[in-house]
Amino acid sequence: MATAAVETHEHDVVVIGAGGAGLRAAIESSALGARTALVCKSLLGKAHTVMAEGGIAAAFGHVEPEDGWQTHFQDTLFGGKYLNNWRMAELHAKEAPERVRELERWGGVFDRLPDRRMSQRAFGGHTHRRLVHIGDRTGLELIRTLQDKAVHQDVDVFMEVTITRLLKDGDRVCGAFGYRRTSGAAIVFRARSVVLATGGIGKCYRITSNSWEYTGDGHALGYRAGAELVDMEFVQFHPTGMVWPPGVAGLLVTEAVRGEGGILRNGAGERFMERYDPKRMELSTRDVVARAIYAEVKEGRGSPRGGVYLDVSHLPAAAVRRKLPSMVDQFMELAGVDITREPMEVGPTCHYAMGGIKVDAETGASRVPGLYAAGECSGGMHGANRLGGNSLSDLLVFGKRAGEGAARHAAQAPEPRPDEGEIEEARRELEAPLERAGGEDPYAVHADLQATMQELVGIYREQETLETALARLDELDRRAASVRVDAGGRVYNPGWDLCHELRNLLTCARAVTEAALLRTESRGAHSRLDHPAYDGFWGEHNIVVRRDGDAMVVEPRPVVTVPELVPLVEARKAKEATS
Amino acid sequence: MSARQFRIWRGDASGGGLVEYEVEAEEGMVVLDAVREIQRTQAHDLAVRWNCKAAKCGSCAAEVNGRPSLMCKTRLDRFPPGQAVVVEPMRTFPIVRDLVTDVSWNYQVNKLIPPFTPRPDAEWLMGQEDVDRIAEFRKCIECFLCQDVCHVLRDHQLTDRYFGPRFWVRIASLEMHPLDALDRRALLQGEGGLGLCNITKCCSEVCPEGIHITDNAIIPLKERVVDRSYDPLARLLRRLAGR
Repeated sequence: MATAAVETHEHDVVVIGAGGAGLRAAIESSALGARTALVCKSLLGKAHTVMAEGGIAAAFGHVEPEDGWQTHFQDTLFGGKYLNNWRMAELHAKEAPERVRELERWGGVFDRLPDRRMSQRAFGGHTHRRLVHIGDRTGLELIRTLQDKAVHQDVDVFMEVTITRLLKDGDRVCGAFGYRRTSGAAIVFRARSVVLATGGIGKCYRITSNSWEYTGDGHALGYRAGAELVDMEFVQFHPTGMVWPPGVAGLLVTEAVRGEGGILRNGAGERFMERYDPKRMELSTRDVVARAIYAEVKEGRGSPRGGVYLDVSHLPAAAVRRKLPSMVDQFMELAGVDITREPMEVGPTCHYAMGGIKVDAETGASRVPGLYAAGECSGGMHGANRLGGNSLSDLLVFGKRAGEGAARHAAQAPEPRPDEGEIEEARRELEAPLERAGGEDPYAVHADLQATMQELVGIYREQETLETALARLDELDRRAASVRVDAGGRVYNPGWDLCHELRNLLTCARAVTEAALLRTESRGAHSRLDHPAYDGFWGEHNIVVRRDGDAMVVEPRPVVTVPELVPLVEARKAKEATS
Repeated sequence: MSARQFRIWRGDASGGGLVEYEVEAEEGMVVLDAVREIQRTQAHDLAVRWNCKAAKCGSCAAEVNGRPSLMCKTRLDRFPPGQAVVVEPMRTFPIVRDLVTDVSWNYQVNKLIPPFTPRPDAEWLMGQEDVDRIAEFRKCIECFLCQDVCHVLRDHQLTDRYFGPRFWVRIASLEMHPLDALDRRALLQGEGGLGLCNITKCCSEVCPEGIHITDNAIIPLKERVVDRSYDPLARLLRRLAGR
């Protein structure tokens, strides 16, 4: 048989994606005795988690003892405009401190207070100083700590492997098919459980803080395998990306800059946040600050290069160098700007997908037996808008839970038996772009997709532009079906990689656009020019996206609430109404 | 905007050579921008690793005009106009394709280093000064430029008996952690081959994170190893204790 030649591995649990969520899931799964594989598109330790700078939100109350899980839960729901899965937000707030302590026990090192406990910094939308951090490279600390834990715990790591399809046995997931980027050879993983931890969808947009890897692979793999997606209309535009030089437009400028006292000013020198959120000012939630910057620029009050100014030059230079060292380097080396003396120029950049695979809060299980998801590619935790600092805590809390859920499922699941016919089909699909004589240039299709999403499905949306976007996506789908590799072969060929990724990007782009069209209100990160206010119905419903044959079905679903937490939520709503 | 010439190494394990390209250079452009522009418009299959574009992931290590560098933080205006910028893969590691090399050996070495092992009585309290000391080592983004430039690896290929600067930094972060209980000096002296380093500081010079590899990691580790081996009192005590 032709498939006899395919490199095949058998594990109890296969984790796809090796950022924080994937690493944490693999560590848990392997600790529970499951034979665990960790598969990633890049080298180990390069995942987007390294770009997380500000910190990990965990209500220790080291600096402000009145903090506790209840306030963290309330802040998360207020930030998410009450569309969060309440149970996820509850577990997250309760378990984040223990997950951080665990990191420290595995060798993670964080900045300290004079009393030698972990320090905590202020961040947008958090009532108290809550983010555990080390300078402005907390994500690197997290990933390196988890990486060293995982490799010393018998997790089998497969670097530079791209997964292109989940394999199924009836309704159940029983493995994954992909290829080694370094050789182009096909590879099959048989597994009793699969955990998706592939991160976000930022490469749908032209201006993004995300790396090439962020192509919505997990979202699309899960969707195609029958999982539901939730909250896809909510795409977070981080307020502060670099706007110059052109090569790094969109590159993240950490929220820690504002957390440490950075001030936003427009081209006229006005501290414009006074007009948008006088109470929280620069530390308002990301959706509010991003819209404010967008409005200032659009109304002609921007900086000459189309951003606004973010300034820390009033702070002592030594403190800036100590607290924000990588920002000092980034601006000095890339833009020739000394941020201890002059302001930075910043503007919104596509940063994070609140939407993702709809999962069970306790276990990370999708509705497909054997399929789990955690981190950015899962949905529900953050609702309509994520608070800064809540993603690192999210991926620790729910990475652990998904790893545990997957391992427990694997312990009682039958032997994985992928269908040989499906593997053959996956192989044909993989190789098709190499064999086509003529066809589309994947780079051109990708550029057109990014332009479409940037212009028509960005910070502000309306019915007409969303419908135009859907028509363009139809056309892009047709073009993507005939992409071809015009140079090079199977070995480390980025053109070939992009052929598969395009399909995932297009699935995610359509899900975002369809959900954005259905939500006829403005809430959190989703702003409709033609529906600028909150709507009662939509305030109690998420939007779920699922596959029905070849069609994408989009429908409302009531928000998951927890009856015992109603008093906490009502108390917060009352407080916001009176302040 | 002005046209700039590039000569990029293309090829695989069986051989290759420099290929010329021309790119319209924008203000503030870095080498990685130019490489990706060539990939997008002229050579769709040009193999290159990159992720963060912000010197935080360490993926895009290469040799630019002969100097081991991160392409994402090497600005074009650093080089004289009218002169081609030469981009080659790291020479110390086997070629996969174009600018991509096989760095998997580094990951094998990392597995040999016993991980952080906390003291049983640790109360998890630390001073900021303790944090600052090891934070320098933990800044390492694993670009492996220090490994690329280290003559023990580059010129003598002693990968079977020498860990290299990246891992002196890694071991320093563990050995100097105030709550770690293990003693890795025997590993440094034996399998690790620390003695082969003759402190030429090449690694420190290319570190994009500015880690003082030689001064703050290697020399203190060498001193610790020497203390262990040649401290006569410690030797006597070890002998009496039967170790």
